[in-house]
Amino acid sequence: MAGLNKSDFKNPVVNWIDTRLPLFTLMNKEYAVFPTPRNFNYLWNFGALASVALVLMIVTGIFLAMNYTPDGSMAFDSVERIMRDVNYGWLLRYAHANGASMFFLVVYVHIFRGLYYGSYKTPRELLWMLGVVILLLMMATAFMGYVLPWGQMSFWGATVITNLFSAFPVVGNAIVTWLWGGFAVGDPTLHRFFSLHYLLPFVIFAVVFLHVIALHITGSNNPLGIDVKSPQDTLPFHPYYTIKDSVGLCVFFLVWSFFIFFEPNFFANPDNYIPANPLQTPSEIVPEWYLLPFYAILRSVPNKLGGVLMMFGSILVLFVIPWLDTSPVRSAKFRPIWRALFWVLVASTIALGFVGAHRPEGWWVVLGRVATTYYFLHFLVLMPIVGKLERPLPLPESISRPVISRGGGPLPGGAPAKPMEKP
Amino acid sequence: MRAATTLALLGTLLAAAPALAQEEGKLPHVNWSFSGPFGTYDRAAAQRGFQIYKEVCSNCHSLKEAYYRDLEGIGLSAAQVKAIAASVTVPTIGDDGQPAERPALPSDHFKSPFPNEKAARAALNGALPPDLSVITLAREGGADYVYGVLTGYGEPPAGMKMGEGMNYNKMFPGHQIAMPQPLQPDQVTYADGTKATLDQEAHDVVTFLEYVANPHMEERKRIGVKVILFLAMLTGITYAVKRKVWSDVH
Repeated sequence: MAGLNKSDFKNPVVNWIDTRLPLFTLMNKEYAVFPTPRNFNYLWNFGALASVALVLMIVTGIFLAMNYTPDGSMAFDSVERIMRDVNYGWLLRYAHANGASMFFLVVYVHIFRGLYYGSYKTPRELLWMLGVVILLLMMATAFMGYVLPWGQMSFWGATVITNLFSAFPVVGNAIVTWLWGGFAVGDPTLHRFFSLHYLLPFVIFAVVFLHVIALHITGSNNPLGIDVKSPQDTLPFHPYYTIKDSVGLCVFFLVWSFFIFFEPNFFANPDNYIPANPLQTPSEIVPEWYLLPFYAILRSVPNKLGGVLMMFGSILVLFVIPWLDTSPVRSAKFRPIWRALFWVLVASTIALGFVGAHRPEGWWVVLGRVATTYYFLHFLVLMPIVGKLERPLPLPESISRPVISRGGGPLPGGAPAKPMEKP
Repeated sequence: MRAATTLALLGTLLAAAPALAQEEGKLPHVNWSFSGPFGTYDRAAAQRGFQIYKEVCSNCHSLKEAYYRDLEGIGLSAAQVKAIAASVTVPTIGDDGQPAERPALPSDHFKSPFPNEKAARAALNGALPPDLSVITLAREGGADYVYGVLTGYGEPPAGMKMGEGMNYNKMFPGHQIAMPQPLQPDQVTYADGTKATLDQEAHDVVTFLEYVANPHMEERKRIGVKVILFLAMLTGITYAVKRKVWSDVH
């Protein structure tokens, strides 16, 4: 039978509520006393930064939506009205537009941190997969948001990306017509993209909630990648990590503010300040920087369907890496070969970003194909093989010992490598 | 069919690339009053620029996102703005329900030279002059590029074949531009006695257009400086608190 919660809170009102709806107990358990590995570095800030970015995107977005008109003949002008007429409309729009870049920036760091420290490995597979779902939702949301100002790049980006679905045999063209709500990108497309751009962030929020629940079941990974063994290995989340996250948050806001106030159009494409014109194709159609690596993969394959499949595959492959990685050691810190390969992956991804921004000619084509090949090779071939063949460095006995004695590195006489224990 | 269109589109991107890789004119480097984190608009230059827009550009180019009241931001008084607006008549619907005209108000958008795109093309040999409201944001190179086009006219190099009615411009992509050279030395007479060289005119009108594209720029930077200073301090304090909190751990 259900019972009332025994609340320890002294404040009578809080206690009364907490007895009936134990939100305060929950917050206290999950965010105040929550035992957290004591050895996080600043890379563990980025999950918190991403959630703050999501909230700020939703808040600025709601106010922008109050002043935006999703109609082909009015959308561009309504954005300019926000910039000129709405009180601090320029601040809202620049915060939101640059916020997309900031959000992706911290999420990409968050993802690569997970890859480096093996945060996707058992028992955190589902946590990782929920993260990949969030990434996919973010990409869809960002793409549809970019269409809303109804500039040239909005229109032609929407045309190119929706047309990708026509690559699928038999049903392709029907899918595209269905997506457009017509026979070309037009008013119905803009209306539904606006509706979905408003909806999806809340879906993201829900999946983030699941992501956090999963995190609080498994507990966080840490830079050593070894399991928490005793209370000495952990610290209560508050005040240790609330304050450490606050430091990162301040720096994050500094960077974000720099772009909002001093370089608000740094990430913007000039063509998107030209109203959409279905009769005039821009000389180059490029997506925003955060989608460039995937765009580069798409263009590196000389076959349209192949390119589309590879592009989607480049993200879908992330779903299965918990099972592709055969190494029992999580953190790349103790995997010299894998650590080097990690940086090759980072270099390949950045190279793909540059390839995506350039016309596919000359060396860019070659570089794009090499980097694309490596990207898939890394996950599909090297990940299972290196995991089996590599001889990891000795793992430290526990989180608390190296932290106390040496501030990070493994002890010289650490325990020999052994497979991490599976529950 | 649609697949073919997309393929053609992607194909164009691939194939047209070498053809489009023309050597474009080098971007001029102008020392603008509005560049840098503390940059502001040179009011006198922007006002002279407005004069050029009014006397030259506005014959063909609209400025439809801007309002007459925006002119207060370049130092004109409310009375001056009211008079400028009142000198223009805009269409309205009269009390009898019939189309009528009335003098513009400061709250009105700048009146466009042509009622619609077709009227513009019909009057201008098929060409459509772009709206200039956000022109410095809508071109790679921004203000420098617009300055470069305005000062980039000249004789085509020997052997270059020019299209019918086109003009050579070393800045413009492809070097053939439909717009004839809009500014000549001494095209306007400045009330403040500034010599109206071509460079001066281009500099002034670009300052004005940059203002029109970013009317909130000065406020933005002013707030930005405060925000950055505040956050820098907050970062320092937060870091100090973090060190204090963590001092019993390390």
